[in-house]
Amino acid sequence: MSIKTGADQKRYQAFLKGRQPARPWFKNAVRAFFTGGAICLVGQGIQELFVHYYHISEKMAGNPTVAVLIMLSALLTGLGVYDKFGQWAGAGSSVPVTGFANSIASAALEHKTEGYVVGVGGNMFKVAGPVIVFGVVAAFAVGLVRYLLTHA
Amino acid sequence: MLTGKQTWSFVSGPRILGTGTVVGSKEGQGPLGDRFDLVHQDPYAGQTSWEKAERKLLELAQEKAVVKAGLTMDAIDVSIAGDLLAQMTSANFAARTAGRPLLGIFSACATSMQAVALAAALVEAKAARYALAATSSHNSSAERMFRFPTEYGGQKPPTAHCTVTGAGAAVIGAGMAGVRVTSATIGKVVDLGVQSPWEMGAAMAPAAVDTIVQHFNDTGRSPVDYDLIVTGDLARVGHPIARELLEQQGFDVTDRFQDCGILMYDEDQPEVFSGGSGPACCACVTFAHLLRQLEEGAYRRILVVATGALLSTVTAQQNETIPCIAHAVCFEAETS
Repeated sequence: MSIKTGADQKRYQAFLKGRQPARPWFKNAVRAFFTGGAICLVGQGIQELFVHYYHISEKMAGNPTVAVLIMLSALLTGLGVYDKFGQWAGAGSSVPVTGFANSIASAALEHKTEGYVVGVGGNMFKVAGPVIVFGVVAAFAVGLVRYLLTHA
Repeated sequence: MLTGKQTWSFVSGPRILGTGTVVGSKEGQGPLGDRFDLVHQDPYAGQTSWEKAERKLLELAQEKAVVKAGLTMDAIDVSIAGDLLAQMTSANFAARTAGRPLLGIFSACATSMQAVALAAALVEAKAARYALAATSSHNSSAERMFRFPTEYGGQKPPTAHCTVTGAGAAVIGAGMAGVRVTSATIGKVVDLGVQSPWEMGAAMAPAAVDTIVQHFNDTGRSPVDYDLIVTGDLARVGHPIARELLEQQGFDVTDRFQDCGILMYDEDQPEVFSGGSGPACCACVTFAHLLRQLEEGAYRRILVVATGALLSTVTAQQNETIPCIAHAVCFEAETS
């Protein structure tokens, strides 16, 4: 067997087809649908509590609701639960705001050993950074399109 | 002595004089749990960081091996060690504690058998009376270096590996008793185009096959000459692929073919995915379990083929394919 030629690599890649277990995408999708939905349901419940017991408008209740979800997620990350939940739930636990909080809390926890400034401060957004960058870029693009459409 | 193209034959009979294995709790719960010298329930091993924990495991394994060989650390002429961390942190820092001459080496998860082969060669050449070969890995230090923060809730595919938390060490020297190290085949770097770091079993299988076939060609032996041929960490995905590749080349390994990554964990243990990996995987399974099988007479001659994926975080992000390597060492029971 030669070490590396394009033909050998192509032959091996073809050989590998069906010999590796595929990601169980259907099971993952079903789980993500229900766990993602469940997290949103919890969020809705929290929002309702704010509306009914603190008598704030539904729109105003949004921010404290998100804050509660973020705190819950950070707490579960620190307790070592969220990563196991994430393996089971997949996109269901990573897409909602709780997943975003987990990515920041886990990075902060991980780099605590390098100190608070270069460790926690420097690495906190290591995983979440790209989400923020492209979130801002996408928001700019959409905002620009909207501006042009409404003012054209 | 060079036999064939890539195989070293050791004629002076270097032997395994003592071994030390220390693992984490998940490995302790596996089928070989009672085979290891020490099972650490605390993932930090009483230390303050993952890196210090891994180093501690390595130090403990090295000390254990030296004590079991009936020696003191001062008697070790050379220590050969490696791990997965950048700049071989664990090996270098553990050697600071041991205070013995060090050769730090890196072949990723194939480091264990590279260390044994080099140690045996140094003993054979009389460059050392006693050489200490050791490797370590820690699930959390590897996770944070190669993948994500340990508490990050990302989902891993079924082809993923679980990096073994542990360390394995062996004292190799000229002696009257102990398992003999009779030959070693140094592997070539093989890259058949697998790109995903989640598919290391498939990436490493061709390297393992290349080294095994070379070993047979160099020594004129065939699978029936071995009671067991065991790969390092191809695990449940890569191991059947390697078997099939061997069969394609006319080598029927039947039931004599196993894998340390499969032996390390039970299939139904949580989050082990396709099986174990890491430099400690092959070292711990070989030193704690396979060598004891040789001592107990269950096997007469075995071939351990440690497999390593030589990727880095940078090459993976730059979408390069994964070069892989495998080093094989032949161990024989005393009485054969």
